[in-house]
Amino acid sequence: MQKTLLAASAALLLAVSPAVSPAFAQQKSVKIGFVSTFSGPVASIGDDMRNAFELALDHMGRKMGGLPVEVIYEDDTLKPEVGKQKAEKLVESDKVDFVSGFIWSNVVYASYKPIVDAKTFLVIANAGETRLAGENCSPFIFSTAWTNDQNPIAVADYMNQKGVKSVYLIGPNYAAGKENLAGFKSAFKGQVIGEDYTTWPSQLDFSAELAKAKASKAEAVYMFYPGAAGVQFLNQYAQAGLKGSIPLYTTFSIDSLSLPRQKDAALGVISALQWAADLPNDANKKFVDDFKKKFGSEPSFYAAQSYDAAMLIGSAVAGVKGNLSDKAAVQKALEKADFKSVRGDFKFGSNHYPTQNFYMQEVVKVGDNYTQKTIATAEKNVPNPHAAKCSMK
Amino acid sequence: MTLFIEQCLNGLQFGLLLFLLAAGLTLVFGIMDLVNLAHGSLYMLGAYFAATFAAWTGSFVFGAVLAIVATLLVGMALEVIAMRRLYGRDHLDHVLGTFGLILFFDEAVRLIWGAGGLSLPVPAWLNRSIEILPGVQYSAYRFAIIIVTLAVAAFLYILVMRTRVGMLIRAGASNREMVGALGVNIKLLYTLVFGLGAALAGLAGMIQAPILTVQIGMGENILILAFVITVIGGIGSIRGAFVAALLVGFIDTLGRAFFPQILVELLGRQAGSTAAPALSSMMIYILMAVILIVKPQGLFSANSR
Repeated sequence: MQKTLLAASAALLLAVSPAVSPAFAQQKSVKIGFVSTFSGPVASIGDDMRNAFELALDHMGRKMGGLPVEVIYEDDTLKPEVGKQKAEKLVESDKVDFVSGFIWSNVVYASYKPIVDAKTFLVIANAGETRLAGENCSPFIFSTAWTNDQNPIAVADYMNQKGVKSVYLIGPNYAAGKENLAGFKSAFKGQVIGEDYTTWPSQLDFSAELAKAKASKAEAVYMFYPGAAGVQFLNQYAQAGLKGSIPLYTTFSIDSLSLPRQKDAALGVISALQWAADLPNDANKKFVDDFKKKFGSEPSFYAAQSYDAAMLIGSAVAGVKGNLSDKAAVQKALEKADFKSVRGDFKFGSNHYPTQNFYMQEVVKVGDNYTQKTIATAEKNVPNPHAAKCSMK
Repeated sequence: MTLFIEQCLNGLQFGLLLFLLAAGLTLVFGIMDLVNLAHGSLYMLGAYFAATFAAWTGSFVFGAVLAIVATLLVGMALEVIAMRRLYGRDHLDHVLGTFGLILFFDEAVRLIWGAGGLSLPVPAWLNRSIEILPGVQYSAYRFAIIIVTLAVAAFLYILVMRTRVGMLIRAGASNREMVGALGVNIKLLYTLVFGLGAALAGLAGMIQAPILTVQIGMGENILILAFVITVIGGIGSIRGAFVAALLVGFIDTLGRAFFPQILVELLGRQAGSTAAPALSSMMIYILMAVILIVKPQGLFSANSR
């Protein structure tokens, strides 16, 4: 009898001991702020990111390093100034340990300073502002995505291989649009016949630009329009009679959120991504299957990057055993990237941006559904091109 | 040359579409003295209704007709339930009240149709390009828009200039108190005018749906242009709205089409391509400022006629 009592109390002690050990005394939970767009025309992107983040938490048993996780979602309403306010609120009054999310380059560029100044870790899940990977990089900034110029460079390389001699460029006139087209131009070996930048996000009618592209007799058109604008562009491309006569290449304009509305207009369009729903690895299969089961839709690349962001944060919290006050140790743990990424092997370069593969994807129709099929690996193990400009101070 | 003709057609089509929106706005503003920011929400509803009804009935035309009727009804209901409480109050109250309605409609649409938006495919017989002049290919759907909107403009002209209802509408725009004093049922007239404005906005949304997308908040950007047109054309004047809409449509489209090239020639490639989108989107506001300096009441003011 006494023996069993002793054994039971020993077991009890073991079970509760982590909670009373000094290292865990000040840290009762992991607080994460997640800034994305949850209202307006692109709310579906924000919702998709939130869904993936929540799914990742489910897969981790809603615990990181043994601590319960609390996520505070904030809506940036697609405006840089709102994003900045939300970021300030998260670090100053909520005192979060990590901030993640961010779809838009202009929003993250307005918001990163208060986060970094408060020595809070920022894990960007989409926005690819190049300056945050280069001259404005920071030990506190990590990204599970890319910089704006990387995917277009992959597309340009692919077009070089295919022998495309001339191209017409169309993109939105804001940070990401300019960096995207600049990336494309830096790698494309043929002639850029013309380029148009349209007012973002208000201009939705591209008839003037499309007429110019048609008249330019370029061999191909390359464009970048994220979110709903991508649907509009593809519809108008078809209606202007360009579809089928001039091949269209793009990045970030076709995803599982917009594809159900783009349908035939997107067929045959080729783009480049670092992740694809059909990538053959176990983490990705689990992610895609469970995402479909839980939310009834295909995950987008935004979702995949957010899932990786949650997993990365989880791995770091576990790596420091929940002691988040030691910032240097947390940074080391994040740099290790000790988690199963949906894009296969995952490792960071010196500027905390992933070194990764890029895959070419073409829109195909399978039965009644439209999906993106991987047709080639454009580039392997590409380091982030801005690492040299990053002094990591 | 073909490029220039094509861009002119684009400008014409865009202008006519803006006219549909601005006509309703200017009627409501001019006759009821009501600043209606929620006009863009009715435009959005027209698009959502059209996409839904077209999917139900399987016919684009049938869906379009149902959508216009539905927005007309929503508009009239909106007038009876909400707008009536705003008459005779300060413009700031209108702005606040109708801004609340924008939020209401955006959330209502999200609840009913979800956040993802819908798509309204162009019917096969319009989803191609046709040769309208020798050597000039143009989207059949955009060409259809030009024809339909011109027909609607003609209908509005006859309605406003040649019928008894139109006479009351014009009278209401010139002197509301007098119309009421003469024993006209001003309440019913207001409901009708608001419904008409809503139906025009719904038609614009429905027409634009296959080119742009059907999504939450789609009416907000285009509403700014509609307000600019209302101001340029003269508040309450359908004719003014027509002229101003065409002006804005042409300047916006041709500006975007040819202005960047001119700037690149003048300033060099780097500076020119950066400045061009900003400047060409500014041009319609410059136009508005110039017209307000020359004619503060707008081109065709309803009050001064």
